[in-house]
Amino acid sequence: MSKMALRVNGRAHTVDVDPTTPLLYVLSDDLELRGPKFGCGLGLCGACTVIVKGRAVRSCVTPVSTMEGAEITTLEGLGTIEKPHPIQRAFIDAQAAQCGFCLNGVILTAKAFLDQNPRATEPQIRQAMSGVLCRCFTHNRMYDAIKKYASEKRS
Amino acid sequence: MSGALSRRDFLKQSGGLVVSFSLAPLARLEPSRDGLVQRGGGAPRSQIDAKQVDSWIGIGADGRVTAYSGKCELGQGMHTTQVQLIAEELAVPIDRVTLIMCDTSISPDQGTTSGSQSHPANFNHQNLALACATAREALVGLAATRLGVPADQLTVTDGVVAAKNDASKQVSYGELVGGKKFSLALNPNAKRRDPRSWKVLGTSVPRVDLPSLVTGQMEFVQNVRVPGMVHGRVVRPPAVGATLVSVDESSVQGMPGVIKVVVRKNFVGVVAEKPWQAIQAAGKLKVTWTPASLPRQAEFYDYVRKQPSRDALLVDSRDVDETLSRAATVVKATYRHPYQMHGSMGSSCAVADVQSDRATVWSSTQSAYPTRNGVATLLGLPPERVRVVFTRGSGCYGLNGADTVSYDAALLSQAAGRPVRVQLSRKDEMAFENYGQPYVIEQRVAVDRDGNIVAWDHESWSATLGNRPGYDTPGNVITGTLAGFQPAAFAPRTPAPPPSGRFDNGSNAAPSYVAGCVAGACGGTGSVKSERVLTHTIRGPFFTGPLRSPSRLQNTFAHESVMDEIAARLKMDPVEYRLRHLRDPRLIDVVKAAAKAAKWQSRPSPRGGTGAMANGRGIACVLYEGDNGYCALVADVDVDRNSGRIAVKRFVVAQDCGPISSPDGMKNQIEGGVLQGMSRALGEEVTWDDAKVTSVDWRTYRSLTMGADMPAIESVLINRTEGEAMGAGETAITLVAAAIGNAVFDATGARLREVPFTPERVKAVLGTV
Repeated sequence: MSKMALRVNGRAHTVDVDPTTPLLYVLSDDLELRGPKFGCGLGLCGACTVIVKGRAVRSCVTPVSTMEGAEITTLEGLGTIEKPHPIQRAFIDAQAAQCGFCLNGVILTAKAFLDQNPRATEPQIRQAMSGVLCRCFTHNRMYDAIKKYASEKRS
Repeated sequence: MSGALSRRDFLKQSGGLVVSFSLAPLARLEPSRDGLVQRGGGAPRSQIDAKQVDSWIGIGADGRVTAYSGKCELGQGMHTTQVQLIAEELAVPIDRVTLIMCDTSISPDQGTTSGSQSHPANFNHQNLALACATAREALVGLAATRLGVPADQLTVTDGVVAAKNDASKQVSYGELVGGKKFSLALNPNAKRRDPRSWKVLGTSVPRVDLPSLVTGQMEFVQNVRVPGMVHGRVVRPPAVGATLVSVDESSVQGMPGVIKVVVRKNFVGVVAEKPWQAIQAAGKLKVTWTPASLPRQAEFYDYVRKQPSRDALLVDSRDVDETLSRAATVVKATYRHPYQMHGSMGSSCAVADVQSDRATVWSSTQSAYPTRNGVATLLGLPPERVRVVFTRGSGCYGLNGADTVSYDAALLSQAAGRPVRVQLSRKDEMAFENYGQPYVIEQRVAVDRDGNIVAWDHESWSATLGNRPGYDTPGNVITGTLAGFQPAAFAPRTPAPPPSGRFDNGSNAAPSYVAGCVAGACGGTGSVKSERVLTHTIRGPFFTGPLRSPSRLQNTFAHESVMDEIAARLKMDPVEYRLRHLRDPRLIDVVKAAAKAAKWQSRPSPRGGTGAMANGRGIACVLYEGDNGYCALVADVDVDRNSGRIAVKRFVVAQDCGPISSPDGMKNQIEGGVLQGMSRALGEEVTWDDAKVTSVDWRTYRSLTMGADMPAIESVLINRTEGEAMGAGETAITLVAAAIGNAVFDATGARLREVPFTPERVKAVLGTV
């Protein structure tokens, strides 16, 4: 075990963990965050995604030790129920969810990609989303929401 | 019920506002951080009398409504839709309703949320809907007395009962009963609100849970944390059937955080302080198992046909062989469908707090009460000492690992004496879940000289093991079996006894085109009177259970494919040929509606054409479960002859599930259903080698990802306000494999008879044209 300083959603935390622990466990168990989720533990589904330095990172395969000092953003860090982030608002407007378990990976992966590539074409967006799963297959509504967010960003 | 607390005692203990004669639910009205249901502590309670209004509905002094349902939110929208129902029937605003779903301490036992039965169960003249209607009539009756105005002169708006002609005469629900019980039985004669005057039900109310979901505030079962909680990890055998030889506990001795190694018969697990420690210890624990032996996958469909089987005749007119023998044409074909998995996005998770005389389990089970009984059996506790609190989980599509992991958590908590959270690994979720059944289905259909179908012979072979555990068969899932309980007994039976009782097409084993005559009564949707449906079920090597449209999808794939093969043989249009053999007007209507919306042009298949990229369209239809939702689907596809890749360009769905409770909710289910069906039809198949399942992650079990090109989906919703509410979650998916297969045939003249339609299989059948 060792003490580590993390910055998550703008707040500083100190945790005492095995440094090989994947970031996901620290976020969901030590910090009790609900956004990042365990889906596969292999980086194959996106459920555990967080944003670090503007990039979507799979926290289930990222040792916490590599994240010391980095600014980590989780789904909770975007907006609130009362004041959702524009991409969260777009998902509500499109009613783009069924069970909602995948939303973390879908929203954060799309946001990270579009924030860096606001003029991305639809095939490019799909390419960026190709490692993200939604097993309820809410794909079409989710793309409606993602495209709405993209067009809002451009305008 | 020795030692069990009453519901009211429980509610008192749970720490809320309690006044004398208060309506119990008041104690639970505090919303949680996510704006939804708060988790409460307290002791278990066994029986909630579903015949009593108070078991379903409570009204607080502030006029807020708290409702209790035994049908849970699984991602299908049942939370919001039930809130709509309550708001409509009681004439209160949606935001004044709090709904508590599937907590055995407080909600009525409605069995399992499954089988597209929530809409029929709670939206027809019974259960939740009837409780609301009874409550509203009682409230209006009380108001009539209070106001001195006849009940028929009163109207209710936003929870206030007022005289139609004198607005000054009014009284609110809160004033009438706030804080008191109804003490009233459900009244079978209570009048529901007329669907023609619905204001909330029947409209597309936005999902009440979405703001919480998209902002990461929703408490999933994966997020449940209770004081003193530690983490468990199970160690599964290499395959179903392997048994434990030895466990070397010294192999994890001294590992950080390890609390206990737990062994019970063939059940093995590790408990540690932190999840990562439990995972590492489970990986290090030296466990020796007997080897498992599995039938060869390459020969599995032949294997299924050769095992001792349990045979059943759904229908048998006893003239099928004769009709087949003298028919002008007989079309024969064999269809194959693999084991497929539910493949939940989240690995299943549960938290159990087992004490010496009681237990609480937070679980995303679809079956709160049955799981309560299963856990009680495993723990040796009376069921009334176990409380199961449904907490949202990852979509399950029938039966994921939620039940089995609830057992895991309970066993580990009991052994460790601490609350234990267990989250399965991806591999443990996938290798041991209860898969959808594999099928081999033979179709033999006789056609006369005029092109009429005159006999239909269906014979199928499928493999099962275990099932949903229900109240008393914990051995139906892996953990129960490992802990020493048997799966449901399997008794071979050949030959099948003659059909008896009434025609029951619950598994859609009978095609839509037969008359379905048993004992002189015909319950089928079609006109073919020479009919036989014979099924053989064997005991298979893997656990099975209901996977969205269980058996119905596999059977319908065969029926709707062969129907297309016959139409093509006769050079008839597939829509017209179907209509010619259907007699149920509502099934006919959805077929016509889908064809019309798809701008179907009448012509036989295949379309003809030789380009590298072929396009075609196909149709399929079903009355789901013989009585639970009418649906027709048209698929437009492109087939790349060089690569064998199928690209579905468009789905058009027409659906009639009686009165529509939420048009957008129904559309969402249709969209998810057809795309999930497409993923299953194009790529999903459980694989194994001689010793173990090899589909253990998203590389080895291929689901279409968010990167896949998806077709446009057009939904035609037929609203039958005069009918019974039917299910809407499993209708469209039932048709997808058949509609795509038929479209591929239309495009290329090549017939796909085995799911999934991988590029290799497509190329193989293209080579036979």
